[in-house]
Amino acid sequence: MHCQECGERPATLHFTKIINGQKTEIHLCDVCAKEKGEALPGLNNSFSIHNLLSGLLSFDPSGGSAETAYAQPLRCERCGLTYAQFSRSGRFGCAHCYRVFGDRLEPLFKKVHSGNVSHHGKIPRRSGSRLKLKREINVKKQKLQQAVANEEFERAAELRDEIRELEKLLSQE
Amino acid sequence: MSLQRFINQALSDWMKGGGPDEDIVISSRIRLARNLTDIPFPLIATREQLEQVVAKMDKILEKSKNNQALGTLELLRMENLSSLEKKVLVEKHLISPHLAEEARAGAVILSENESISIMLNEEDHLRIQCLFPGFQLNEAWTQANSIDDWLEMNVDFAFDEKRGYLTSCPTNVGTGLRASVMMHLPALVMSQQMNRILPAINQLGLVVRGIYGEGSDALGNIFQISNQITLGRSETEIIEDLGNVAKQLIEQERQARKRLLDSSRLKLEDRIYRSYGILANARVIESKEAMQRLSDVRLGIDLGLIQGVSSTILNELIVLTQPGFLQQYAGQMLSPDERDIRRAKLIRERLLTQEI
Repeated sequence: MHCQECGERPATLHFTKIINGQKTEIHLCDVCAKEKGEALPGLNNSFSIHNLLSGLLSFDPSGGSAETAYAQPLRCERCGLTYAQFSRSGRFGCAHCYRVFGDRLEPLFKKVHSGNVSHHGKIPRRSGSRLKLKREINVKKQKLQQAVANEEFERAAELRDEIRELEKLLSQE
Repeated sequence: MSLQRFINQALSDWMKGGGPDEDIVISSRIRLARNLTDIPFPLIATREQLEQVVAKMDKILEKSKNNQALGTLELLRMENLSSLEKKVLVEKHLISPHLAEEARAGAVILSENESISIMLNEEDHLRIQCLFPGFQLNEAWTQANSIDDWLEMNVDFAFDEKRGYLTSCPTNVGTGLRASVMMHLPALVMSQQMNRILPAINQLGLVVRGIYGEGSDALGNIFQISNQITLGRSETEIIEDLGNVAKQLIEQERQARKRLLDSSRLKLEDRIYRSYGILANARVIESKEAMQRLSDVRLGIDLGLIQGVSSTILNELIVLTQPGFLQQYAGQMLSPDERDIRRAKLIRERLLTQEI
């Protein structure tokens, strides 16, 4: 079968689309498919391969297309993984990727983890002591507000002092 | 080697049964995904970097040889194992097929009773796994947690305030925890209730898979139920949610068994005894049929219809009749046809060598 674009080379890519029972077949050779780029004839132009993958991983497609528009792709400077590579493979290259890709990951996490984006579980004992302090301070601050609301001023004063102590510890670390 | 001796050596603790609710829950597993800071994840790291991970773990093991709480731990490098040995570890659920076949600088740390296995350089640097017989999710978590603490004394894990433990795949980030229970649910399948139950379980953020994980069928009426969400909930919440669903399934399975006995006892007995007859006499058996027949026999034992056969026969034989084990027992490579013959023989012998 010949490519329906150039009519010369043999077709190597075959697509079938069915809309309302109407079947259309598309046959392209490698060269024409490449020339046509991501926008395939007969298909909506926004339907690019990239959008399809981003859609699967539920990424922000504007972030993806911005990448092709600018010369500098978003890339993790530690391991070299680009955001595009990540969205293709669905795997991070290193721990630092999480920071580099930052808030773009929010929709993905939401989708995968039922709307959750932040960790509420275990904190490493040794390296997480700072975070533990922070969490403790937050808990005490909430208790303090509660105590004030309940007009338990003695308890509030106690809590205030405890928070000050913890904050002192935190600044020393 | 005699079959009894082979089996004694081949069995991990989880296959020997004995845990709570062992009539329905085969095993409980906790897995924690962890990565070292400053080394790229295994999919992208260089071989040297991955060797560093193994070397670090080796050193920690050396240092804590006298750690009594964990018992003796041994590190095995994949490159030092034969392909058959690796296959057997996969069939015992101690390592993944990916670690056995594709991982670079792959290794596994095993405890003596094989309830602990720590895979090195699989998708993440470390995959800590604790596998217990019966319904013991909390016990498995307690052990996995203490191993995690012990390792964390010696190495820094990639951790982020907001995202928790950082993993190669976004589906594991946060707690890095995958908790799962393997359950034998023949009565729910027979009474066609599983089709109704499975979607409900999925809606609770839990995943149901067949015995060999993703994409595998529920062969032998065995289902693996695990948490999908790892971010936004604490470890204990995740385990509690899964545990509650498992408890409900145990209850429903027990009721379904009772109803089957009440309403169609003769039909059920006929099915169970036929399966027993086939297993005790067949000369050639494919693994799919073997699994189904073993499931029936196990149900017969649980219902008190079959006596004189150990209740762990299903747990044992679903592992021992896999290709790797059959070949290890035979001491030679076997074609699929030969395996079907060996499988039938092994099952016949097992039904005879019972020591109750």
